[in-house]
Amino acid sequence: MIPALEISGLSATLANGARVLRSVSLTVEPGEVRALVGESGAGKSMIGKAVLGVLPPSVRIAEGRIGLEGTDLGDLSAKARRALIGAKTALIPQDPLTALNPSRRIGPQTTDRLTKILGWDGTRADARIRQLLDEVQIRDPERVLRSYPHELSGGMRQRVLIAAAFAAEPRLIVADEPTTALDVTVQKQILRLIAALQREHGTAILFVTHDLGVVAKISQKVTVLYAGKVVEEADTPALFADPKHPYTRALMAATPKYTDPFASLKPVDEAVLAGLATEIAAADRDWRAPHG
Amino acid sequence: MADARTAKTSNARIWLAGGWLLVALLATIFAPLLAPQDPLAQDLLYERLPPFWMQGAEPGFWLGTDSLGRDLLSRIIYGGRVAFLVAFAAAAAACIVGSALGLAAGYFGGWTDRVVSRIVDIWMAFPPVLFAILLVAVLGTGLSSVIIAIAVIDWTRFCRVVRAEAMGQARMDYVESARIAGFGRFDIMLKEVLPNVLPAIVALLSLEMGIAVIVEAILSFVNLSISTDDPTWGGIIAEGRLSIHQAWWVLVFPLVTLFLTVLSFSQFGEGLKARFDPVLR
Repeated sequence: MIPALEISGLSATLANGARVLRSVSLTVEPGEVRALVGESGAGKSMIGKAVLGVLPPSVRIAEGRIGLEGTDLGDLSAKARRALIGAKTALIPQDPLTALNPSRRIGPQTTDRLTKILGWDGTRADARIRQLLDEVQIRDPERVLRSYPHELSGGMRQRVLIAAAFAAEPRLIVADEPTTALDVTVQKQILRLIAALQREHGTAILFVTHDLGVVAKISQKVTVLYAGKVVEEADTPALFADPKHPYTRALMAATPKYTDPFASLKPVDEAVLAGLATEIAAADRDWRAPHG
Repeated sequence: MADARTAKTSNARIWLAGGWLLVALLATIFAPLLAPQDPLAQDLLYERLPPFWMQGAEPGFWLGTDSLGRDLLSRIIYGGRVAFLVAFAAAAAACIVGSALGLAAGYFGGWTDRVVSRIVDIWMAFPPVLFAILLVAVLGTGLSSVIIAIAVIDWTRFCRVVRAEAMGQARMDYVESARIAGFGRFDIMLKEVLPNVLPAIVALLSLEMGIAVIVEAILSFVNLSISTDDPTWGGIIAEGRLSIHQAWWVLVFPLVTLFLTVLSFSQFGEGLKARFDPVLR
């Protein structure tokens, strides 16, 4: 089976040569949810941006390959790459407040991509987006389609964005901390919706999060990232049952538990961090940014 | 509650300022029908007549006459023709040039931004009024020279504001989403960024019209606008200044008209901005 997404040996550097991704490899099989966990700054969003072709100009891919359904993005011209990414992927963004254009109504804003990029006719696009709004349990699609983003609540906006992401039947969705900016009560519903739509449509998802609770609920596979380096990779149940890497164990210990919210909060152990620093130094010792 | 109050004041602004502008605009358009006298007709028997409520006023000369016996109200109405024409034409030209460059600079960034920003910096180093006088001196007096001079000087105002707004919008997630969806840069600039910059452009356009009115008045004050025969607000003010002790009204009425018009343009723009902004609306 051709994986929906295959990243191998991906390294990225800043303009000053500092490495932000260290030979990252990961695979997302069709219809599979892979969680990408790590602290903030670990480079998880960076991987998502690299896949979607929207890395900030200061970040350069030094080596490695990104394959979308077997096509290597590096082999394509900029234009062909954009077309492929546009046709095969979608993003569920972190902040529903800034991910919708404030001066455009939801209707044209969500159907634009279907009509202008994928060449659907207006009626089909309209029917499609209504169907998806129904799937994300928006009861009055009429009103929502006519609304401006500021007229909707954060949860509603995130539902709209989820509907828009699934509407084009992408092969891969990058979900970049899609619940982080939401109320805790809304988080759960949104997570359930994403899981339900994912099962329904069989879409592969790269689910970027820092929340291990979310990982356990939604994903089949997990990749744990620290300082742009993959430290552990496993099936989700296996990872929770038997975390191999000390950093993974420390992360789990650092997750607050509802039964005892204060006592169980532990920062990641000094010794673990020292171990990670040695690992990263070792990885960087033999590495030189290839030219070109 | 704050929202409701903002909406109310912005409504009052739009109606008051817009009302004055509409009255003034209609008066200048229909000047031949409305002006009680020929603005150029001199009559030395009627020189320096006071406005209607004062001793010695004559019927038909509502705001009095100047030192050559010309009717002041008629001259102000006809002077408005030049003022409004310059306001619309010059502001529109400055707006189109400045907004286009500012939008491109702010959205594309990189060398586009560097080139445009350097030009703006250099441009702004010239003192505007002297620059205008110099330009008109080079281009020759006349209405089109005045319009060109104002546009050439003031496009930077649009450029700076639109650039800053576009830069802010370009960083928004919805721009990134449009990129991912496969839309081209140019498409995104026009469809995603421009609508969000539009409220600022509208407010600035109205403000710029007021500024154009002032600049035109300054240029006609120093006799660099259109031919001296046709009345302009600046020209009337210049004449009124000479006879301030004998006939204060020749100075005061065109000044008040100028003041109200410029104030109305800026307030109208602010009101519209609040109206146009979907989040404030």
